Amino acid sequence: MAGTIITVSSGKGGVGKTTTTANLGVGLAKLGYRVVCIDADIGLRNLDVMLGLENRIVYDIVNYIEGRCRLRQALVRDKRFSELFLLPAAQTRDKNAVSIEDMVRVAQEAAELVDFVLIDSPAGIEHGFRYAVSPADLVLVVTNPEVTAVRDADRVIGLLEAEDLAPAKLVINRLKPELVRRNEMLDADTVVDLLAIELIGVVPDVPKILTSSKTGQPVALDERSPAGKAFCNIARRLAGEDVPFEDTQKQSLFQRLFGLH
Amino acid sequence: MFRRKSKSSQDIAAQRLRLVLTHDRANISPGMLEVLKDEIIAVISKHLDIDTDHVVVNFTEDARETRLMADIPVNTPRTHRRKASS
Repeated sequence: MAGTIITVSSGKGGVGKTTTTANLGVGLAKLGYRVVCIDADIGLRNLDVMLGLENRIVYDIVNYIEGRCRLRQALVRDKRFSELFLLPAAQTRDKNAVSIEDMVRVAQEAAELVDFVLIDSPAGIEHGFRYAVSPADLVLVVTNPEVTAVRDADRVIGLLEAEDLAPAKLVINRLKPELVRRNEMLDADTVVDLLAIELIGVVPDVPKILTSSKTGQPVALDERSPAGKAFCNIARRLAGEDVPFEDTQKQSLFQRLFGLH
Repeated sequence: MFRRKSKSSQDIAAQRLRLVLTHDRANISPGMLEVLKDEIIAVISKHLDIDTDHVVVNFTEDARETRLMADIPVNTPRTHRRKASS
């Protein structure tokens, strides 16, 4: 049976699409699943850096599409998990090097090899977004609890609905429990209520996320971190497990008492 | 005197988002909605005596469904009497 194809999208840039893709890749690999992460941000690749695999790239997705290598040759094996792979974006090309048909074919071929294919979508709602969501069985819409990010997420959800693409589920990233408690940030319930789609996870904002992009060690490797735990729980939900939602308020109190992040 | 508690930035964000999303989803700007309201008043007024000052035209939302609601008070002999006596 072919694996599930999941696209991580958002509309707005900088909300944490690539971070989410990298961490869900790690989270699913930790559960023992075989995973291919596809960097669909042609020309602006970053998933390689998030996963700490930038030095291992030989071929990229455009090389494969143009017939210069086999799919297996373009896949970069992760250092930590033998069944986690990256299909890197081409850095010196642009989005026009990939058609919707190309991406659908590549994603389906990758899905023949593994249990989950995660596609990291480019920001925006143009061609790059369209080819990234076209092969998806499920789209994860990532947003932050901010007016601009929620508005853009709503556009993406609207486009997915209007064009009868894959069902969407919501990831709320960078929620600061401390600010929510002081009524200075939108809470998860309000965002879910406004966007009216199913929530799959809330990831608290912790300093460790910043460190992880510098070191190439996704935070999901460490489940003692609340953000790592949140990503691992999303991975479990994607795998079909029924995992109760973490109480971000409680987590923050815990963090505050013990100085964890 | 007690000072009225000011609205939190959380409430303001939620309120602004609600409005922005409604207009985005219906693909109509707040200004165009006013134009639409004036046109509705003009059309209805041709056939009915309505209280044009108290017409309310706005959107209501239920999950991802948007509805345009127009609340148009109609002047009847009774409302005229009430207005005259007040």
